[in-house]
Formats: sequence, C-alpha cells, structure tokens
Amino acid sequence: MKKYIVTLSAFLALAVTTKAQDDVYPTKAYTGRLYITNGTVHVGNGQVLENATIAVENGKIIQVGQNVPVPADVKVFDAKGKQVYPGLILPVTDLGLKEIANGVRGSNDYEELGEINPSVRAIAAYNTDSKIIGSLRANGILLAGVTPQGGSISGSSSVVQLDAWNWEDASYKIDQAIHLNMPTFITRPNRFAAFLGIRGEQAPDATKQALEKVQELKSFFQQAKAYLAESSHKQENLKFEAVKGLFDKRQKLFVHADQVKQMMVAIDFVKDFGLDVVIVGGSESYQIADLLKQNNIAVILNEQHALPSAEDDDVDQPFKTPATLKNAGVLFALNDTHDESRYRNLPFNAGTAAAYGLTKEEALQAITLNSAKILGVDDKTGSLEVGKDANIVISEGDILDMKSSLISKCFIQGRDVSLDNKQKQLYERYKYKYGLN
Amino acid sequence: MKKWTLLLAGCTLLSRLSAQETFPVNGVADKREQCYAFTHATIVKDIKTTLQDATLVIRKGKIVSVGNDVSIPKDAVVINCKSKYIYPSFVDLYSDYGITAPQREARGFDFRAPAQLNSNQKGAYGWNQALHTDVDASGIFAVDDNKAKTLRDAGFGTVLSHQKDGIARGTGVLATLANEKENLVILKEKASAHYSFSKGTSTQSYPSSVMGSIALLRQTYLDAKWYKGNPTAEGVNLTLQYWNEEQTLPQIFEANDKWAALRADRIGDEFGVQYILKAGGNEYQRLKEMKATGATFILPLNYPQAMDVEDPNDARAVSLADMKNWEMAPAEAGLFEKEGIPFTITAADLKDTKQFIANLRKAIEYGLSESKALEALTKTPATLIGAYDKVGSIETGKLANFIITTGPVFAEKTTFLQNWVQGDKYDVKNDGWSPVTGTYSVTVKGAAGSKTYTLDVKNENSASIIGTDTIPAKFSFDGKLVKLSFGETKKSRSSIRLSGVSSDSSWQGNGVDTAGNNLYWTAAFVKALAETKDSARHKMPVKLGKVTYPFDGYGWEELPKQETILIKNATVWTNEKDGKIEGTDVLVKNGKIAAIGKNLSEAGARIIDGTGKHLTPGIIDEHSHIAAASINEGAQSVTAEVRIADNLNPDDINIYRQLSGGVTSSHILHGSANTIGGQTQLIKLRWGLDDDGLKFKGADPFIKFALGENVKRTTSQNNNRFPDTRMGVEQVLNDAFERATAYQKALAADPTTRRDLELDALVEIMNKKRFITCHSYVQSEITATMRIAEKYGFRVNTFTHILEGYKVADKMKVHGANASTFSDWWAYKVEVTDAIPYNAALMTKMGLNVCINSDDAEMARRLNQEAAKSVKYGGLTEEEAFKMVTLNPAKALHVEDKVGSIKTGKDADLVLWSANPLSIYAKAEKTIVDGTVYYDIDRDQQLRKQITAERTRLVNKMLAEKKAGGAVTPARPSFQVILSCGDHDHHDGLFTVDAGDEMNNTTN
Repeated sequence: MKKYIVTLSAFLALAVTTKAQDDVYPTKAYTGRLYITNGTVHVGNGQVLENATIAVENGKIIQVGQNVPVPADVKVFDAKGKQVYPGLILPVTDLGLKEIANGVRGSNDYEELGEINPSVRAIAAYNTDSKIIGSLRANGILLAGVTPQGGSISGSSSVVQLDAWNWEDASYKIDQAIHLNMPTFITRPNRFAAFLGIRGEQAPDATKQALEKVQELKSFFQQAKAYLAESSHKQENLKFEAVKGLFDKRQKLFVHADQVKQMMVAIDFVKDFGLDVVIVGGSESYQIADLLKQNNIAVILNEQHALPSAEDDDVDQPFKTPATLKNAGVLFALNDTHDESRYRNLPFNAGTAAAYGLTKEEALQAITLNSAKILGVDDKTGSLEVGKDANIVISEGDILDMKSSLISKCFIQGRDVSLDNKQKQLYERYKYKYGLN
Repeated sequence: MKKWTLLLAGCTLLSRLSAQETFPVNGVADKREQCYAFTHATIVKDIKTTLQDATLVIRKGKIVSVGNDVSIPKDAVVINCKSKYIYPSFVDLYSDYGITAPQREARGFDFRAPAQLNSNQKGAYGWNQALHTDVDASGIFAVDDNKAKTLRDAGFGTVLSHQKDGIARGTGVLATLANEKENLVILKEKASAHYSFSKGTSTQSYPSSVMGSIALLRQTYLDAKWYKGNPTAEGVNLTLQYWNEEQTLPQIFEANDKWAALRADRIGDEFGVQYILKAGGNEYQRLKEMKATGATFILPLNYPQAMDVEDPNDARAVSLADMKNWEMAPAEAGLFEKEGIPFTITAADLKDTKQFIANLRKAIEYGLSESKALEALTKTPATLIGAYDKVGSIETGKLANFIITTGPVFAEKTTFLQNWVQGDKYDVKNDGWSPVTGTYSVTVKGAAGSKTYTLDVKNENSASIIGTDTIPAKFSFDGKLVKLSFGETKKSRSSIRLSGVSSDSSWQGNGVDTAGNNLYWTAAFVKALAETKDSARHKMPVKLGKVTYPFDGYGWEELPKQETILIKNATVWTNEKDGKIEGTDVLVKNGKIAAIGKNLSEAGARIIDGTGKHLTPGIIDEHSHIAAASINEGAQSVTAEVRIADNLNPDDINIYRQLSGGVTSSHILHGSANTIGGQTQLIKLRWGLDDDGLKFKGADPFIKFALGENVKRTTSQNNNRFPDTRMGVEQVLNDAFERATAYQKALAADPTTRRDLELDALVEIMNKKRFITCHSYVQSEITATMRIAEKYGFRVNTFTHILEGYKVADKMKVHGANASTFSDWWAYKVEVTDAIPYNAALMTKMGLNVCINSDDAEMARRLNQEAAKSVKYGGLTEEEAFKMVTLNPAKALHVEDKVGSIKTGKDADLVLWSANPLSIYAKAEKTIVDGTVYYDIDRDQQLRKQITAERTRLVNKMLAEKKAGGAVTPARPSFQVILSCGDHDHHDGLFTVDAGDEMNNTTN
C-alpha cells in the first residue's frame, strides 16, 4: 500500500505540472474474466460469505461462492482480509447538476423555472466531469439517481453509473422516476419579527394552500390520464407524454415529503391513480410506518445525520428511524443529501442506522439492494449475485465505520475504476511541497 | 346614537373649558363644584384599611374626606352606596394609551439588501436611529376615549404611557383616563424613561442582533457620560443630552422574557441603574434569577390560550414546553408573590383589554392573593412612578380616582359599576347598580279593566310570569328602559306587549293587549328571588406540573449535583503520555479528576462499571453557535463591541443533544457576517444552569474575525458595505488596528478620552489579552491576515474553517497559529473548491495544533466520528485523531491546564462510551462536567417515557378545556430557532427555523 502511494505520488508530482487535475480517466471496458478471491463477501441481501470468490465475465457476475475454482488465465484480485460489497447507490441527488452549492449560478443546473415540469430531464444536464464524482467513487459510491428539483413536479430522474465520459455512457436507467414535491402543511414563522418588535402578523393558512395545490396536481394527473387514453393528438402535450410511464408502471412517482399529512396525501395518490409511489425525505415516516407498509409505499430517507424534528423528540430519532421502518416491513433506502460533505458520507449514514437498531447487513442493504429495488435497477445491480453487473467495492475494513472504511478497489460493470480524484491530487501536491512523502 | 355621542362630547368639552383659566369661553360660564358624597359604602382605602358603612366626599376632582364620621357638605350630590364597595382605581405602568406608535412593515433583516449605515433622522441627533431619547410622550399624547373606556372598564384610572418604539424610547407621560382635555389629564409630563432591545421602526442596519442592542446601550451610557464634558468635536448631540436628562427618572426596560430580563439588569448593574423590568410571562421559570435582579417587575396577564390539539399531527408540532407554559403562566404573579419579588400588573400585551379582569381572577385562582393583586395595581405602581401622593389609594387630597363595585373587587360575581376618574363618573355597568333581579307585581290596566301578574326577573334578559303555569316572557332591561311581552297562557299565540321606564324599583309605561288595544301598566318590586343553590362549579384547586430547568421535557426538576464517582476498569484515553490504558480506574472528586490507576477505591463513591467501555476527556467544540439568542451583528464591518456572553440562551435543547454526543465544552462564536465580529464565549454544557452558570470560568477571552466570501457579501447583488473584495478585507483589518493604536495612545495621554467599546476590544488583542479565532478559507487571505497581525505585534491565535490551511501550513506554523477545521467539507461555495479531507492530517504532520470543529448543531453530536475521518483521510493514529476534538481545542482555547485530557487535578469533564469513541457504533453513555453527570443514557430513556406521559396529560387537559367550551386557538407549531453560520446548509428538523434561512447568509 505504502509503496503504491509512493509511486503514485512520484507520478503525480510530474503530472501536476503538466496536466493540472484533469487526469482522472474513465476506465476502458473490460470484457475478459476477473476473479475477486478470498474476500468477505457482503452480498447485499443480508448474506455474508467468508473467504469467498466472485467471478466476473464481460462485466457481469457469473459466480459467487466459497468454492469457486480460479482458472489460470484470468485477472485475479486477491481480497484476502478485505470486505467485499456491492457498489453503493446514492438514490436521489443533484450530483452532476450542481458543482458549487452557493453563490455560483453558472454551476447550478438542478432547478428549473415553473410549477409543473414533468418533461424536464435531469439526465440532459448531468455532467460526468463533475469533480464531486471522483470523491464519491473513492468512498465506494458507484451509482446515483440524478434528480431535478423545484416546482411541484420537478421532472424525471435517471440512474447513472459513476465512471463515464458523457451522460449517454453513464446512463443506467433513463427517466426512471417522476419527482413531485408535496406542498407543506406547516406555516413557518418569521423569526425576525420578534426582534424588530413586530407582532400579530397573520400567517397564511398553510393547510388550505396545500390542499389547493394538491387539487391542482390531481387535476394534472386526471387530465394526463384522459389525454393518454387517446392515442392520436394534433400536437403532443409534452408534459402529459412525460408521465405516460407512471400509468404503465415503467416509472415511479417519487414524492418528496417529510410531514405526516404530506405522506398521507401521497398515499391518496396511490389510491386515486394506482401509481407506484415512493416517499423521499420521510423524516416523520416512523410515525406512520404501518400505514406505509399497508399501502406498499417505499421510503428513501434523506439524511440520518439530522437533528430531531421537534424539541421533545428522542435525541436519536433520525438515527433510529430506519429501524422503525424495517420493523414495520417497509421497503426503505438511505440517502445522503449533505451539501457540505457532498454526499460522500452515504456509508456512514448507514453506519449510524446500524448503531441504532439495524444489523450491519440490513444497513448495507439500505444503501445497495433496497436502493436498487426502489430505483428499479435491482435486475442489474444492488447485490453481488449471479447475472448482475459487477459493481463491486472492496474495503480494508467495515465500510460503514469511518475509521475502517478504506476503499482499495472499485469495479463498475467489471471495470477497475480509478479511485483518484482532485482532492487526492491536491494532497499529493502539498505532500510534495512539504517533502512529506 | 351618533348624535347623542356628539352631544355628550360637547358637554364634556364645556365643563372642561370652564376649568381652564387660559381658555376663552364661548357662551355662558358654567363653573361647577362637582361635589359628591358616597355614603354607606365599604371603602377599601388601601390594602390595609377597609372602612364599613363609610362616606367618601369629593370635590373638583379630588378627595375631600373619607371615613365613618364625615360631614356631608350641603352642596354635595349624595349617592347612596349601600352594599357597594369602593376601591382606588388601578394604575398601569406599561401603556401606550393616547400614543400612536409608528409602524414598520414586517420584514426580516436581509443580509443581501444594501446596508443603511447612518441614521435617517434629520436634526442634531445622535448616530443611531433606534435611540429616540428625544421622544417626549406628553407632547404626542392625545386623549382617546374609546381606548380609555376599555381601560376604565377594567378598573384603571391612571396609566403611564410611552411610545413603544426603539431601543431608547424617550420619556413616558403619566395621565388619567378621564375624558378631558389633555391639559387636565396629564399628571406628570416626564414620568419615566423607557428602553428595550428591539430597534422597532429604525431602518438603520445597526443593531441587527440582541447583543448589538446591548452593545449600543452600553456604548450610549459611556458616550452620554463623556458628553457631559461638552466635547467640542461632538458639537450638539441632542440624543445624548436628552439621555442624560432622563437618567433621573424611573427607568423602565421592556425585557419581555426571563433571559432578556437578566440581560437588561446586567446593563443596569454596570451603569448604576436599577431598571423596572417589563416581563413577558415566562419569568416564573427562573424565579431565583429574577429575584436576584432586585428589580420590580411589570407583569402582563396575556396568558396563552389552549390550543386545538384534537388532530394528533397538529398536536405533535406543539412542544411540551409550550403546553407547560400554557398551564403554568397564570401562576406567574402568585409565584412572584411567594418568592417575594415585587411587581405591578399591566393590561399591556392583552389582545383584548376586556380579558384583563378575567385573567386577573385566574391569577388569583392560581395562587395570587387578593390583597397582593390590589397592591400590585395601586400602591406599588403609584409609588414606583412617584405618584402615590396623587393616586393609588383613597385618601384626602388625592385624585378622585376610584371604582364602585357590587362586591369584593376580585370576586367572581362582582360587577364593576362605575369608575370615577378625576371626579367624573364613567359607567362601567351601571345597570348593575340596582339589580333588576326579583319578583315584581305587574298591574296592566286597559279598557277591559286591570289585571295583576307576578313576574320573576332572573336577569336583564330573562323573566317569566308565575301563575298556574310558568309562562316565559320576552324581557329586556337596559338600566332604564323595560320591554316585556308575554302570552296569557302557555299556548297563546299572541302576546301582551309592554314598554316602560324604571325609576328605582318601580316601573311604568304603556303597551298593547292581544287585541291591539292600548294599555298602561305599572310594576313594583315585591321581593328578591329565593337564592338558588349556587350551582356554579365548585372550583377544583389548580393542579400544575413542575417547573423544570430548563423548562422543557429534558430539564431537571432538581439540578444535578457534583458527585464522588469511581469509574472502574475502563479503557482510559488519557491524551497524556500514558496514552490509552486499559483496565483502569478513574476517581472523580469535588469536580476534579482525583486519581487514575488500577484498583482504586474510595469510600462513599458512586461506582460506575467501565468494563468493556471507553472513558475519554469530554469533547470540546472549537466552533459552535448553539445556546445564544443571536449570533451575528452583521450591520457593520467591525463590531468588536458585541459579546456573545451578553445573550446566552441556556434553554437551547441542543445543549442536551450535544451532551448526548459527548460534548462538554463549546466555544460559542459570533457569526461571519463581518470582518471583525463579536467577542466569543467559551461555555461548559451545564444543562439546566442559567446563562452565567454556562460560562467556562477563568478562560482567556476570544473574538471572532472572518475573511472572504461572507464578509464581502458574495451572495449580495448590491453590496454597499466595505469591503467587497479580499483586498478590502485586508484594509478593514489594517484600518481597525491603526485606529486602535491611536486610541490606545490617546487614552494613555488623556483619561477623559471617549471610551470606545469596539476599540477597547481591539486594544486587548494588541496587548495579548484577547485572542482571535478567524474564519478563513483560502490561502491568500490567511497569509494577508497573519501579516497584518504581525505588523501590529500580535498573532492570530486560531484560524477556523481554514480549509486551505494545508496550502500555507508552513507559514501558519511560523506565525504560531492553531487550526480548527472541518473533516470533509467542500464545494459548498467557490472559496472551498480546493478543500480536501486530508487537510487536518496534513496540517498535523506540519506540526500545527489542529482541531476538528462542528459549526453545526447536528454535527457537534458526532464530533468523535468527524475526528475519526482523519484516520481514513491521511492516516493519523486513533489517539492523534481523538485529540483533535479534545486536547487540541483545549490548547487552542488556552484551557489545556483545565480540560482536554484525563490527568489528576484537571476538571472532571469525562465521557463514558459504549465502544471505541472513534467508531460510528460508539454511544456516549454518561457525560460528566465538573464531576456532575449531566447526561446519562438511562435517565434519557426514563425522560422519554416521562415526556410522553406529560404530553398526554397536557393534551388531555387542553382537550378538556375545549370540550368545556373554553376558547382554543389552532395548534401552533413550536419552532426551534437554530442559529448557525449560514454559509452552508444545516440539517435541522422539521420544526426548526435555521436562522440562515432568513438571514440569507448572515451567520457563519
């Protein structure tokens, strides 16, 4: 390991002078056979195989098990003493749409104007050269659901793999979900009124406004459904066409909602239109876990590392919400929306869930197989099972615990992808300056 | 009706005009003596003296005599007050009666809007628009009889009125509520001086925070004192001149909150002023502290209404603290009485003054004694305002301000009949004077002869004819006119309809019978109705929850105490040369670490089994924004005068939450809205103690500086506040210290030099008595700031954030700065695009003292994990990593002799973890500060159950109130305000307001 760094940094010392930091390349496709041997394989479905081997051919997993013979003429990666995981999935994110969070409008492509924008497609703006991507790969995050924001219906998300030259190469599943933002049922106060000595400002009735907005949204879906029942149109309505997949179940409706009332309205959407609804956010979902299960609604929890909703809440409430959902039998995944660390702490969100009621394998499943199921890509990824893409992460230790989560190898569709990134290069650059190598 | 009102107004005017010598008379002079004698009354002269069957004589608006043997002047109008009570009218010290307060459109402080750096006020006034010492309430006071009536109906006769706008509000006027010309009702033109923390309608940017308001007040005291020396350079400064003139008056401070009361009182202490404190209703939550102020309080009675908590999702949003306050707020006055804290009572803050008497009765039901209530409404306020010679009791020579009631003033069934002010009668509910209730004999005479009925009148609107059947009648009595109609029998379709007037207890009038024939009728009072059994609900004694410290579910009923604790057999992370030692005992005694070793024993010690667990020093967060009422004074580029210490908020639930993450000390920093921000405060997380109790005693003082995007207001499209670039930031620093240097010289040469709180702090920095923690990101600004410091002979103690510190670590090392950084943040704005998670490790390897901080109320609970990331990024050892959140910040904050490691003699600030504290699976099980267990995971489990039980009890109580027909308001979510840096997002809960949301990047 040490030797490797020495060589790399020597190379970099040279590289930085000539190439700045744009020398992290996507890896060329590898169609040959690859055997990852002797690792502790965390399948992603709860199973753990000690000292196991994964055989890959043409980017797909062809064998997983403890007694897999390794042919002589294949590429072998010895994972002895290491932990082998499915590639982690960041399910709902503005990755590639927002390079710098604040103050640089030009770097922002995640929020479009307008209220009802189902035809807006995140994939069309996804930037595979985002510097953020490299920092995620280095932490084992290999797939992401790139998602637009804003308005009531923001548009469609697509699932991408994080080692690509352009968005068409990156595409893993296109336009797989339509995103709806449920209006708030809570009126927020103006905190500075008090300091200025202003009182009695009447807040508008949030519930009334929310219900009006919900009516508007329902009306949109009713009309879309009617429109789609007729096959020929003088001119296509792009917004209605964009939600066709919702009605024929090729797409899911991702409803962004935290409040109980918002989620109950989302359940109502299932009843009215028979859509596959997924709750995104769901900080209050633990309160209605049974109801969600009853209605077969999956949940993507946005952020474990959050403060409790209310003063009286258990201090660890967000940490243990996943366990409540699991106990109720709700299908759920974990996300990382932290704008300052830029999503690289996804595995530690799962680690926190494991510290508060999930087993480690359940927590892993919440950032791998469950996410794949909810995103509709579990036929291709999410677990280390035969027939799926070889999206594999190898860690020196427990990937969920930051003190041991040292990623040594990642494979996307069997490609041995680069774990280098801008930040590692700056690290090397200044070690060089200070003679610390 | 309208005509009538006009007529009455005309009359009033006439009688007043006659009283004023200087006013011309239009018509015939009409001077009257206005002499009245009130006889046979129960007269409560003051709380000590009650006279039975006594007489009160008044003349020309004043009391002439009062007593049992009073001769009645011949020219007196005699009013028989048999069975009536007479009390002095009430005095309200916190009114804006007759004063129209200027209004300002409701909007928050918008950091992106151009700053208004100077006052808009024209004239020879001071620099800040929120100081209205020139406002003389007597000059803008105008009688307003509609408002006066609502106050008179509530029993008030005299009010102290002022313009409720601004931080210094000028003088108040003492006036009666008589409907007279202003000239006659004003008792004292300048009776008081008023202050608050709210800048009100001032559009000037400064101050934009509570601590800014405090600094402005403190500086103004100093400036005013200095101005007495007539400094020529200042010219005429009317604001300061009036300020000085107003100092001799009673000083009234609108605090409106328990912590604000302490803040105000401390300003008073500093400048030798004892404020009268206007309360807000939550002061009962900290009685001990309130008493220690030595102040008299003005208590409002605007008790919270029950909320509609029928819908559990709405109920969820209401905090236990708010529900508890709903239950307990009416007990405030009673609790003040019990604690011996002097107070008066005001009708201010009530949405409807009509609620006043009802709420006062509620206060009495909740423990306030009736005599204290009366005193708080009469003698106490009159004495405070220096007007007890005029009002506040019924004594010869005082104003004829008194109320006449049907019974003891605060009794449930008592009605206020009349309120006399300056010898004029004002009806409150005059029809109650002779109650209409009783049995009457009604004789109806017409062409067909006469017939007599027996009528039982229950009240002004209900009566029935008593015969073989009881026939309900339509009845109304308005004090003078009577209307009565009834059928001959129960089934009659047509009625006899009568109309008449009352005179004493007999009535007469005309009417028509069922056939339409004219009638005339008389009625005479026969006897009182038989007392119906008092079916009024027997009042249950009020049962209240307990005050907890802080006042929420996680507070203590009794504050925890220091213990002698022996932790046995733990893995001890000493942070000393012994490193991590297994199977070790640690003894805690008198708040200190007393011994470390194997097989220790101590008689009487509480034994905690540490087997399999890890014991570490408490976590120290070098950069935090919790536990404060405001964080940023962003209105100017240099605000070294503001102090976080002035506005600590011990109720912040994040103190408790962070204890649950093993934090024991936090450095509470000013935000990063400006280059030289405010003075910081190091606290210990002593959950439950008051603001002073939180302070880390004996620590060196620090101050926050900031560089880069926030201070040049990158997100503003129209910044007009210097600086707008990093070039300008350097100049702000250079200029500030140049001014400070000159100031220091001037002070040394001439002690009468104007004290400047801003420059005082900068001088302290130059003299190494105050130390800088400097928000910084990129290498250029870091270097420039070090060079400025060196130019003025000091060092930047700590660079905080310092995400490009790795680029200039060698220079920082030479300069002697500490570094306090984030573990893995980047790309949230341009100045952090080169941030790398290896920063902490690189700086450590370069020999810097490196801390990992939170700058975030959520992440602070997981600082151990943030430290652990330096093992992952950069390969530090676990012990090196853990020191970055314990010993290293202790060093950076100059408190390593007290905290930061486990060493005999140091403060017992300890955390017992369930596992290796660098592991994500580790939980803090016990967090100890100064040998006191402030967080215990087992107690936390119990509290959860208690909170559920207490919430359920209170929700049911509110529901019961709703069911019983009580007024309820819609459930109002209890939002928690989270103050923060604002240059990045925070992950707050649903019912939190991130100050950054609305301040638009003001904090951080």
